[in-house]
Amino acid sequence: MKEIILVKYGEIALKGLNKNTFEDMLTKNIKRRIKSLGKFVCTRAQSTLYITPEDDSTDLQEAVNRISKIFGIAALCRACVCEKDFSDIREKSYEYLSEILTYAKTFKVTAKRSDKAFPMKSPEICMELGGALLEKFPHLTVDVKNPEVTVTVEIRDTNAYIHAENIKGAGGLPVGSSGKAMLLLSGGIDSPVAGWMMAKRGVHIAAIHYVSPPYTSDRAQLKVEQLCEKLTDYCGGIAFYCVPFTELQEAIKDNCPEEFFTIIMRRLMMEIAQRIAADDGCLALITGESVGQVASQTMAAIGCTDAVCRMPVFRPLIGMDKTEIIEIARKIDTFETSTLPYEDCCTVFTPKHPKVRPLLADIEKAQNSFDFEPLIKKAVENTEMKVFNFSR
Amino acid sequence: MSVYLDNAATTKPCSECVEAILSALNENYGNPSSLHRAGLNAQLAVDKARKSIADALGAAPECIYFTSGATESNNLAIRGAAAAYGKRKRKIVVSSVEHASVAETMTSLEQNGFEVVRVSPREDGKFYGIDFVSACDENTCLISMMLVNNETGYILPVGEVFAAVKRRFPEIITHCDCVQGFMKLPVKASSLNADLISVSGHKIHGAKGTGALYVKKGVRLIPLITGGKQEKGIRSGTESVPLIAGFGAAVDKLSPTISQRYEAVKNLKAHLLAGLAEIDGVTVNSPDDGSPYVVNISAAGRRSEIMLHYLEQREIYVSSGSACSKGAQSGVLGEFGINGKLADSAVRISMTAETTVEELDVFIAALKDGIENIRT
Repeated sequence: MKEIILVKYGEIALKGLNKNTFEDMLTKNIKRRIKSLGKFVCTRAQSTLYITPEDDSTDLQEAVNRISKIFGIAALCRACVCEKDFSDIREKSYEYLSEILTYAKTFKVTAKRSDKAFPMKSPEICMELGGALLEKFPHLTVDVKNPEVTVTVEIRDTNAYIHAENIKGAGGLPVGSSGKAMLLLSGGIDSPVAGWMMAKRGVHIAAIHYVSPPYTSDRAQLKVEQLCEKLTDYCGGIAFYCVPFTELQEAIKDNCPEEFFTIIMRRLMMEIAQRIAADDGCLALITGESVGQVASQTMAAIGCTDAVCRMPVFRPLIGMDKTEIIEIARKIDTFETSTLPYEDCCTVFTPKHPKVRPLLADIEKAQNSFDFEPLIKKAVENTEMKVFNFSR
Repeated sequence: MSVYLDNAATTKPCSECVEAILSALNENYGNPSSLHRAGLNAQLAVDKARKSIADALGAAPECIYFTSGATESNNLAIRGAAAAYGKRKRKIVVSSVEHASVAETMTSLEQNGFEVVRVSPREDGKFYGIDFVSACDENTCLISMMLVNNETGYILPVGEVFAAVKRRFPEIITHCDCVQGFMKLPVKASSLNADLISVSGHKIHGAKGTGALYVKKGVRLIPLITGGKQEKGIRSGTESVPLIAGFGAAVDKLSPTISQRYEAVKNLKAHLLAGLAEIDGVTVNSPDDGSPYVVNISAAGRRSEIMLHYLEQREIYVSSGSACSKGAQSGVLGEFGINGKLADSAVRISMTAETTVEELDVFIAALKDGIENIRT
C-alpha cells in the first residue's frame, strides 16, 4: 500500500502565465523543508503537488507537520494511492482506513471525480464505498451532517486516492516569490509576528538585531537567534545581522535631549538597517510597529522615523491590537521565547517622558547637534552575519 | 567474563555520556540560573541536551523538562495533570500493566477521590485499543499508557488509542511512559498523539538520576516541587548539569541508529529463542511482536529468585520480574495471563545492541545447567 502526501495550492492556482514560477518556488521550498526526512519525488498536476516518499518507512506525519507551515498551500493530506478501479479502491480503503474506522462511531464518504472518464459518478462512488465500509465495519453508522470521519475518494489523472484527514495549509504565497526584505527583530512579541506576516505574502526575510553590551546580555542575543530559528519553519533560511549599537546609544544619551532619545535611536536603527538591507538585495524594511502601542509608535513618531528611510517600510501589524498579535505569536510558537525576561536594546536608556508628538524639525535639529555618521559607519562595518536554517 | 542481561533495569553509561559528565563537573560547573557567562555556559549545556532529546522525540526544545528520572517524570505528568485538569473531571484511565511509578501514583490518586479505570488485556493476553477508548468519557481528565511493558516487552497500541481518544474527547490529556521504548523504537510525540511523555536517562546508557518529561505546548501541569522556578517553574531545583549533559550525549549517540540497533537486537532475540527452544520446559512469555529488547521466559518451574542467584554465581545477571520491586511479583505477568508456576519461574532477559551472541550462548548453557541442577 503506497501512501503519499497531496498538497493543494492556495492563491497560486489563480495565477496566470507566471503560475509556473510560483509552483517551482513552492516545490523548491517544500523539498528543502523535508529533505532531512528522506528522499521524496515531487510531481504536479491539476493544481496539486504529489509528494511521494521513496522509502515506505519515511515519517510522513512529520513531513505533513512541516509542510503545513509552508506558505502557498491551501490544504494537504496523507492519502493512499489506488488504481482507478473501484474494487481496488474498496480493498485498499479496508486496509488504509482500518485504524481510524475501528475507533470511529460515525462517518461519511465524499467523492471528487476530476477524471470524468471514470465509469462511476461521484454519488455512486459514495454510495458503493459507504455500503462496503459499513459491511466491513458494522459498528459504524453514517452521519452526513456531522461525521467523526470523512472519507474522501479522489479520482484523478493517473490514479485514485483515498484519505480521511484534510489539513488546512498556511495559505499565502511561496516564500521568495515576492523578493527579500529586512526585518528589524528586537526580541519582543511583535517583530517575529511581523516577519511571519510578510513571509506569508511571499517575502523572503532577512533579520537585523541591535546589541548593546554591557547594557544587554549574551542571553538577549541568544533569545533573538532562537526566534530566528523558530521563524525558519515558516520563512526558510534567514540571514541574521547583529549590529553593535552601544556607542551609538551612548552618543545619543550624551548629546541629545532625553525626550527624543527613542526616536533618534529608531532613526539611527533605520539608517543602519537600510544600508545593510541594500547590500543584501532587500527591497524593503519590516517592523512590528502598531499605531499608538508605545510613544515611538504614534503617527507623529512614525513620521519622524520614516523621514530617514529611502526604501519602503512595511508594518503589517499597524492596525492590530496586542491581543491579536499575541494570538499569532502563540500560533507560530514565538510567544514563549519572546517573553523571556532579558533586556533588549530598545529598553536601554528609555526616557521617563518620551515625546509623544515630536516635530520632525525638532528631532532633526537635536540629531544634527552631533555627527553620528562615523559611528554609523563603524557599526555597519562591525556588523556580524550568520545564517539560520531549519533547526531540524 | 560477566554477562549483563538486565538492561531493562539499567544500562552501562556510554563513554560519550561519561565524558560529557566529567567535562561538566570539571569545567562547566556554573549554575544555569546565574546571569554571568559561567552560568550561561552551563545553561547552554543543558539546552544542548534539551535539543537532543527534543529532536529525538520530534518535538520543540521548550517542550522538554528535566527531572530526576522517569519515576519523577511519571509522577509529575500524572499528579500534575490530575491537579490541573481533575478538579471536576475525576476519572483516569490507565493500563493494568504499568510500571510501579505509574501504578502506585494512580493508587494514591484513587485514595484522594479519583476514579481510576484499569484496562486489562483480554483473555488472549492482548490489549485491544477499543477497550481503552470505551473506558474514556466526558468525565475523564487523563489517560496513561506505557509504550513497552518493562517485564514482557509487550508493545501497547498507544498511538492509535490516543488518536482515537483525541478525536472523540480532545480535552483528555494523554500520557505515555516511554521508558522502555525511547531510543529503542521510533518514538515520536506526533505519532504517539501524546501530550506527556516520560523518558529516563539510565535506561539508554545515560547516568542514573536524570530523566525528562515532554509536555506538549498548551498543556498545563501543577508542579510537584516549588522553588527557584527552574524549568519554567514546572520543576524547581538547580539543574543537574553534568547528568543532563550525559543524558544528551547518550541520546546523540543512540538517535541515528535506532532502526539498525532494533534489527540487531531482533536477531539477538531470534538467536536466544532458538537456543531456548532446545531446552525442555522453557516457555516464552513475551509476544513475538513485542520489543526484542525484553524477553521474558519461564524456566521449567524453577523459582525465579533461585535461578537468578544460580546464574549470578556464574556472573550472569538477569532479572526476576521488575528490578524496582526487588523481586516481589508485581502482578503484571498475571495480567498477561501468566500465572502460577509460570509466573513463579519467570526470568527476564533484557539486551542492548552491544549484547553478543556468545554472551547469549553462555546464558543459554547456564540456564540449561540451572534447570538440571536446581531441585524443585
